[in-house]
Amino acid sequence: MKKSYLVALAIVAGTALSFMGCDKNKNVVVGGVAPLTGEAATFGASTKNGYDLAVAEWNAKGGVLGKQVQLVFADDKGDPAEGATVFTKLIEQDKACAVLGTVMSKVSLAGAPICQNAKIPMIATASTNPKVTGVGNYVFRACFIDPFQGTVGAKFAFDDLKAKKAACLFDVGNDYTKGLSEFFKAKFVALGGEVVGFEGHATGTSDFKAQLTKVLASKPDVLYVSDYYADVAIIAKQARELGFKGPLVGGDGWDSPKLTEIAGSAIEGCFFTNHYAKEDKSPIVQEFVKKYSEKYKASPDALAALAYDAANIMLDAIKRAGSTDGAAIQGAMAKTDLRVVTGQVKFDGERNPVKSAVIIEIKGGQQVYKTTVAP
Amino acid sequence: MDKLKSLKLLMAGLIFYLIVQILSAVGVLNGYFMVIINRSLVFVILAVSLNLINGVTGQFSLGHMGFAAVGAYASGSITTLIFKLSPHHPQDAVVFLIAIIVGGFFAALAGFLIGFPSLRLKGDYLAIVTLGFGEIIRTILNNIPAVGGPRGLLGIPKFSNFTVIFLFTLGTIILIRNLVQSSIGRTMISIRENELASELVGVDTTKYKVLGFVVGAFFAGIGGGLLAHLLQIAHPTQYGFYASALILIMVYVGGIGSLTGSIVAAFSLTFLTEGLRVGIDWLRDTVGIPIGTEWTMVIYAVLLILIMLYKTEGLMGMRESSILVIKEKQG
Repeated sequence: MKKSYLVALAIVAGTALSFMGCDKNKNVVVGGVAPLTGEAATFGASTKNGYDLAVAEWNAKGGVLGKQVQLVFADDKGDPAEGATVFTKLIEQDKACAVLGTVMSKVSLAGAPICQNAKIPMIATASTNPKVTGVGNYVFRACFIDPFQGTVGAKFAFDDLKAKKAACLFDVGNDYTKGLSEFFKAKFVALGGEVVGFEGHATGTSDFKAQLTKVLASKPDVLYVSDYYADVAIIAKQARELGFKGPLVGGDGWDSPKLTEIAGSAIEGCFFTNHYAKEDKSPIVQEFVKKYSEKYKASPDALAALAYDAANIMLDAIKRAGSTDGAAIQGAMAKTDLRVVTGQVKFDGERNPVKSAVIIEIKGGQQVYKTTVAP
Repeated sequence: MDKLKSLKLLMAGLIFYLIVQILSAVGVLNGYFMVIINRSLVFVILAVSLNLINGVTGQFSLGHMGFAAVGAYASGSITTLIFKLSPHHPQDAVVFLIAIIVGGFFAALAGFLIGFPSLRLKGDYLAIVTLGFGEIIRTILNNIPAVGGPRGLLGIPKFSNFTVIFLFTLGTIILIRNLVQSSIGRTMISIRENELASELVGVDTTKYKVLGFVVGAFFAGIGGGLLAHLLQIAHPTQYGFYASALILIMVYVGGIGSLTGSIVAAFSLTFLTEGLRVGIDWLRDTVGIPIGTEWTMVIYAVLLILIMLYKTEGLMGMRESSILVIKEKQG
């Protein structure tokens, strides 16, 4: 029995020891959070790459405030409890002066009160839930929020696609997809259109025919599918099998090369709203795409771009603040006016970025830039 | 003798509490440490209560976090949606404490509703039912807009702190220990050892199985409520199968049937996760071994496998620490 206690004690003591002896005063310490394991692991990997790329660029240019930037990264596993732990770790243990992250809204919501209480500014990368920045004035985000994307999708469907009747399909177990569909519906109805079907499906299902048959029965002109790419691909195929000829419209959850791989011709001529378009000719976008592809041998998705932007916005704010004091950085953040990959960023009173969205069309199995929609 | 033994446990608890408070006050334990300790204590509540079901009564529940979800949402709804409490008003803490207990009762009710029909099942079948229950709870929560649906219940006031969580944990340990070592507990153990034999000597096995289940669910609800008021968010995905499996691992690593084991394992595994996080960063940044953060989970899993290979019965086996044993009166 003594041995067992010793094992337990050794673990606790070992942990305690490994916490000590870190001298990070020589650098500007910035925390980075993303889900590297768990349900959103692919998003986390892109996000971490985005942070790393931005920090490496700053350091190559001489860092910030005359010091090198040290990014201390932590995995939140896509779980709020883990998120609360790692946000506390970065602030209390690593003495980070600012925190980048994280991806999922539920995890950002657990981390935000910790940053707010410690007066350490944080910038969420892809947390689209409007409530995230509502936690307090130290909480910012790099992405647009659910209402904006749903609204843009509805405007595009009504004005550009001349749709009069729309139907929505979403995942009931996912706040992001549900939120998008709700805001799409509200805007589409406000514009004078009619939403003839509004159906949720269960998380993790692969047979959408029951819901599709129901929403397609009233002959919609467009089908708004706010799911992630894996579900969208199957939905597109099954919708075509059921004889639907119109376009599908969706959100940034579609942004993956896997979408066209799985869906093939079923997804041709469909549209989705996104944060940026890779073939955007502006130099900042092209430079980012080139550097990212060279370093990671993969084309950057929206999450990588948002993470890269979040890091740049935060480091720019630290530079303008001229200090690593939380309140000074917060003040500088609020006055941000910076051109980043996903657009010209300024923060509104709710600390959401005011920037435009792009519409991307799937053409010949490729993502093709269609148009930019300003807020 | 009985009193002396309870006194020993209370003293041990008090010493632990004072040490943590003093170290925290002088700054040796920073906020990060306190978060780990708070989470460990919540895991102690969850693991000890699951041990009552899986270890002591010998049933197999895979949906323990489902009860925690009921407790979290019930208490969270009371403090957030009904009374709109604020941690800035000290008098609100009383309502919070009541809400936590009420959350426990809701979880116990859920435990009764699921346990009464399904505890006639044995072994694998019961495991399947409890697994299903956990998923049902998650799906129901996803579909109730009043508690946030898939967005989760947000803006829960932060009432849980070290003192509150510690007191609830100590209470849970004392109550479950007393239950296990009473005649009721012995009856439960007899069901675990041989259900048929205990039925033959006149034990109402279904009644005691349901009782174990309901009590276990009650404390899981308490744990869930405390966690929600610590994180300030309750989200349906937090209570899925993965989370239940984590608690199950703690019970088995600690040793089924040993409350001491559950306590030791809850602390060890929570500290181990964080220790690996920091350790891997240290290996990469200081020693220079190129190893990614995602390797923590791999090493964690390998360590669990090693524990199960070399200490099949868990860290503590079925033994109890002497401070958790109530000795029978001599003579």
